[in-house]
Amino acid sequence: CTGDLDRTPFIEVTSATVYNNPAAYKQAAAKLYAGLALTGQEGPAGKPDLGGIDEGFSSYLRQYWQLQELPTDEAVIAWGDAGLPEMNTMQWSSNNPFVRGLYNRIFYQIAACNEYIREASDAKLSSRGITGTNLTDVKYLRTEARFLRALSYWHALDTFGGNVPFVTEADAIGSTLPKQTNASALFNYIETELKAIEPDMMDARKNEYARADKAAVWMLLAKLYLNAEAAGVGAKYADAATYAKKVIDAGYSLEAKYTNLFRTDNNNSKEIIFPVAFDGVHTKTWGGMTFLVHAPVGGSMSAASFGIDGGWGGLRTTKAFVSLFADPSGKTDTRAMFYTDGQKLEIEDLTQFSNGYAISKWKNISSTGAQGSDIVHPDTDFPMFRLADAYLIYAEAAARGAGDRTLALQYVNALRTRAYGNTNGNITAAQLTADFILDERARELYWEGSRRTDLIRFNKYTSATYVWPWKGGVKDGKSVSDFLKVYPIPSTDLTANPNLKQNTGY
Amino acid sequence: QNKVTGTVKDAKDGSPLPGVTIQVKGQTKGTQTTGDGKYQINVADNTVLVFSFIGKATKEVTVGSQTVIDVSLEDDIKTLGEVVVIGYGSQKKKDLTGSVAAINSEDFNKGNIASPDQLVVGKVAGVQITSNGGAPGAGSTIRIRGGASLNANNDPLIVIDGVPLDNSGISGAPSALSLINPNDIESMNILKDASATAIYGSRASNGVILITTKKGSKNGGLKVNFSSQASLAQSTGFTKVLSADQFRTMINEKGTAAQIAVLGKANTNWQEQIYRNALSSDNNLSVSGSLKSVPFRVSVGYTNQDGILKTSNMGRTSASIGISPTLLNNHLKIDVNLKGSNVDNTFANTGAIGAAIAFDPTQSVYSGNNNYGGYWEWLNSDGKPNTIAPRNPVGLLNQTSDKSTVQRSIGNIQLDYKFHFLPELRANLNAGYDVSKSDGTRFVPATAAANYSTAGEKTVYTQNKTNKLFDFYLNYTKELKEIKSRIDVMAGYEYQDFLTESTNIRTNAEGSTTYTNSPYKTQNTLVSFFGRMNYTFDDAYLLTFTVRRDGSSRFNPDNRWGTFPSAAFAWKLNEMSFLKNSNTISELKLRVGYGITGQQDIGQNYAYLPRYTASLDNAQYQLGNTFYTTLRAEGYDANIKWEQTATSNAGIDFAFKKARLSGSIDYYYKNTTNLLNVIPVAVGTNLTNQLLTNVGSMENQGVELALNYNPIHTDKFDWNVAFNATYNVNKITKLTNNNDPSYQGVLVGGIAGGVGSTIQIHSVGYPAYSFYVLQQAYNSNGKPIEGVYVDRNGDGIINVDDQYRYKSPAPKVFLGFNSQMTYDNWSFGFVLRGNIGNYVYNNVKSSNGAYINFQGSNGYIANLSPSVFDSQFAKNQFFSDYYMENASFVRMENITLGYTFKKFLGNKVNMRLNATAQNVFTITKYTGLNPEVSGGIDNNVYPVPRTYSLGLNIGF
Repeated sequence: CTGDLDRTPFIEVTSATVYNNPAAYKQAAAKLYAGLALTGQEGPAGKPDLGGIDEGFSSYLRQYWQLQELPTDEAVIAWGDAGLPEMNTMQWSSNNPFVRGLYNRIFYQIAACNEYIREASDAKLSSRGITGTNLTDVKYLRTEARFLRALSYWHALDTFGGNVPFVTEADAIGSTLPKQTNASALFNYIETELKAIEPDMMDARKNEYARADKAAVWMLLAKLYLNAEAAGVGAKYADAATYAKKVIDAGYSLEAKYTNLFRTDNNNSKEIIFPVAFDGVHTKTWGGMTFLVHAPVGGSMSAASFGIDGGWGGLRTTKAFVSLFADPSGKTDTRAMFYTDGQKLEIEDLTQFSNGYAISKWKNISSTGAQGSDIVHPDTDFPMFRLADAYLIYAEAAARGAGDRTLALQYVNALRTRAYGNTNGNITAAQLTADFILDERARELYWEGSRRTDLIRFNKYTSATYVWPWKGGVKDGKSVSDFLKVYPIPSTDLTANPNLKQNTGY
Repeated sequence: QNKVTGTVKDAKDGSPLPGVTIQVKGQTKGTQTTGDGKYQINVADNTVLVFSFIGKATKEVTVGSQTVIDVSLEDDIKTLGEVVVIGYGSQKKKDLTGSVAAINSEDFNKGNIASPDQLVVGKVAGVQITSNGGAPGAGSTIRIRGGASLNANNDPLIVIDGVPLDNSGISGAPSALSLINPNDIESMNILKDASATAIYGSRASNGVILITTKKGSKNGGLKVNFSSQASLAQSTGFTKVLSADQFRTMINEKGTAAQIAVLGKANTNWQEQIYRNALSSDNNLSVSGSLKSVPFRVSVGYTNQDGILKTSNMGRTSASIGISPTLLNNHLKIDVNLKGSNVDNTFANTGAIGAAIAFDPTQSVYSGNNNYGGYWEWLNSDGKPNTIAPRNPVGLLNQTSDKSTVQRSIGNIQLDYKFHFLPELRANLNAGYDVSKSDGTRFVPATAAANYSTAGEKTVYTQNKTNKLFDFYLNYTKELKEIKSRIDVMAGYEYQDFLTESTNIRTNAEGSTTYTNSPYKTQNTLVSFFGRMNYTFDDAYLLTFTVRRDGSSRFNPDNRWGTFPSAAFAWKLNEMSFLKNSNTISELKLRVGYGITGQQDIGQNYAYLPRYTASLDNAQYQLGNTFYTTLRAEGYDANIKWEQTATSNAGIDFAFKKARLSGSIDYYYKNTTNLLNVIPVAVGTNLTNQLLTNVGSMENQGVELALNYNPIHTDKFDWNVAFNATYNVNKITKLTNNNDPSYQGVLVGGIAGGVGSTIQIHSVGYPAYSFYVLQQAYNSNGKPIEGVYVDRNGDGIINVDDQYRYKSPAPKVFLGFNSQMTYDNWSFGFVLRGNIGNYVYNNVKSSNGAYINFQGSNGYIANLSPSVFDSQFAKNQFFSDYYMENASFVRMENITLGYTFKKFLGNKVNMRLNATAQNVFTITKYTGLNPEVSGGIDNNVYPVPRTYSLGLNIGF
């Protein structure tokens, strides 16, 4: 009976048969998009994608957000999970589980995209007899997989400095150890790749909801170019302006009311270019928006007014960020959504939720005040790219002399007019400086995961030119070493892959 | 008065036996034989002399008018001639070449025992049995000579009447073994070294436990046995927390005005509220004997056990039938065993244990209104439950209904045919099954605060397991007198298949919203060829070779087959001329053995295949207006295969005549290679960040000592003591492909407090599950300085890189001491056992022992461990070695007192009464409830109770 030793799964499908069904391509592609939102196949927990980490912590969005926000003036977190306090104080090491968490998530996503691109190659599609509209559909999905891979590689460039392993669909599963690339090579790859897929993507605003289109590609190119100088590949602000302008001209429009961008019905917004989609019933995770809505709620805040069952009492902000608002009350600039009742502005103790103002930006209620479909897991989508960011990219490029300043002023004032509800907050052409844009980006885009990148671009992340409470681990803040601008390659991967060298300073 | 003289000789070879006890029956008077086997004694005419000697059957002689009485004593079949069940056959105990411990039912632990593993706790050297808590039917973690694996199963293979069991748990059962009635077990034989276990090949690395159930006997008439036992279990104590008054004082001192305002007026001891004195009963009836010369045994049993945590209960009904006819002039022996049980479980919500520690003692149990079931709960200002506050412990218990019914049946038919034309050749065919069926429902009403967010909970699950066994072997035994040799050769084939199907649907209480629906079905198959050869020369030199070739469906066709050989040699020095007539030594045997075993139970059945996993309904993703069930490509290791453990063993068995002392000493060295470890894969190269793969190696070495001593042995008074000691050292020697010294290891051992926090690590050069902690700094008064740790790597920053490896949860030495006395009709016995060098991380203190723990970030207050008064920690210092404790202990496992009515109802009936106390006392420095914590992290374990039992046993 030795033939009985060939057992195959009952529930799971094997790669030998999965693509016999053409619908599987969309389901597998949905997993690539879900890679930004979900953490496993059960939701909110169970069958996790990544091991060695709490599943909720392994969320792409949660880790990306934490690494972009916690070491900045915009956010502090109270919890004492191993390695987490070090994110507040910029004292991480190559053993930090959160640094490792994002790194692993980025490359999990890249490997998953590679697998998809391999399985959806022209040769395989033709051998499986995929034709007609099926073929057209799969080709779009395959191009989108390349976009998602480029997005993750951009995150790797930005957070880990580009000295990262490099793998494409040409590297089969379990094959040789990847070589380490570098910032300029990776920059060139992302740029080339994005330009290569641009013609094959759906036109802007023509794809299905939550799928990437040409505008998403342009937006990523704009961000890539905006940060090119900081990445060490030379200033490319004019290119940033070019692609930001393509986005701006693609037919998006600002959401009339700022707060509606962060509500459960933000999927209706004409401002959002590329969202990470969440749903209280279908798309559940302990990371992602569940984290972003629950973690900032604590103290005397009413959980019900956030549409949730209870707060987690973790996230607040520093007084440095509060002071970026001339009027933090929210009465003039409505983007200032500080919750101050029972909260102290000063942070004596990072671990006390009452130390530091709370922020009530993310909610699981709709623009009309209705609670989301589930009281724990929000319906609110995360705006990965939105039009306001494109405006500010263009404005910054212009302020740096690489765009039309008049147009830039118009864009900035459009945002300020929305924020103030009138033109009282509008600025003059003279006020349109790069430094003003940095502050304006904070006011407009705070807690949306871009602060670290922005501070680095302005050389304020590590230097003494700008300090905030607990920067560097001291209460009043201090400058820190420049090497902290990029995160360390996790020690786990240095062990697993002898081709890798650690980032300088670690 | 007659003077009687005589000589006592060994019936086997006629040699004189010194040290034989000669006793006048019914009196204390007696003597012993001298060095040449002679004795003399003055007795009355009608007395009866009793000749007894260790290892020999006792003989009684009526004196009458004799003045010279010479006696020959036969070997006692029960001891020296004892036949021990080994894999696919049996062997005389004295001819064993491997390390095998045999425990018979008379030596089993007594008391309120619901699961067979508890029968031998403390009895066997090298076998550590750690209770998994005090819930009814809770199982134990059994480790034979340490564990051979990190990620694969470390449990021994358990074989019941020739049917190897599937070691994975059974849904809805507190433990898989709890479905077997301990009263039906005749013996448990534990195979420890590779020469004994290698016949089980790829399942043998962690030892094998062979369980044989009671059988009917051809001789003697019908025997009926009824036993009944009632037990009372109670807590051994409570976890220390602040009393309501202490808590009030502390809040008034340290709390904010808001916190003082929420203080209640009650004085509630929450632990008293959730625990109870629990009653259990156990009744068994068996009938055995021979019906038309067909031996049989039938038994039924009913156990009803309440747990000390309120609401927990297990009720087990079991039945077994065994018939063993012999046909064709004794050429065909048939053995049929059928066992079945039905277990109804009610599981308590063990979340109440931690909640009872943390819940504010100034609040009452009931709120006085009907909200949330009437229980007092922490609410938000809007009247909704505060979701991150502790829940009312009594509410958690009473609002959870978690019930299951599990049925299991194990059975086999074994045909053993001795060929008519060649009686030395036997053919043995065994067909068996092990099936179980589980149905369970967990229900929490929508009104319960605990599941308020999900509108209650209803989880309905089922599981069906079907395991099939078929094996066949031929055995040839031949005595070759001319060359003083004896050979015993066996070769066989086995097929075993394991199929598991389950469903699990979790909805809200009313069933309108489905949260998870995860059906599961999996199968694996083993095909094996095996053989054994025993060669005996001159009754003194014993050689054993075994080999097994296993094929497992868990691996790819190229890695599927593995060969597991062993060889052992034993030399019975007592059979040599220079010892044969020794006056002191009755047994002296040297044993050496070496073998390779495997572990194929890697926890996954399809790990080598590239698979796609569909997402459940909660993990869909929206594209356009549709939520898509996603398909995830799984990471995999196409070349995953067995772990392999090479075991060397050297031992001595000995028995001294006069001293009535016997025992054995063993040294072993186990080296596991191809150790399965979950290692980080180079990112980008696989569809996961961690992969279970064969990369590591680990070793266990140790010494075992077992001693049996019979200090007093007279007709009236018999006293036996047994002592065992085991010293084991475990070390991981390799974990990754490239032995990178900077690789810290695998973090394991999740703790309460902080999401995803771990306190243990597997590192090269250290024992598995070493604690991984920060080194606390202390002030000059010896008090810990909060948040200050030794900067062990000297980089000026205290972070995760300063953690160090400190001790491990495994004891360096574990000891067992048993004493059994019988005096006339009375018997008294106890089992004392201890662990030395085991460490425990006191997670109860670390997560409740800081002032921050009383102030929930969301308006509630919570109780503390009084350890906060010593440490004065404001915040939790989870990773501080301050919470590491030496948990060495000595425990009185059980004490039994019995009385036998020998001539009850005119000699026909025998009745025995006994009283047992279990878990009587524990001597330890450990400050938590119980120093024996499986895994070494003390975090709200269901406490093991102290139990008192009264039992009655009637046989006729």
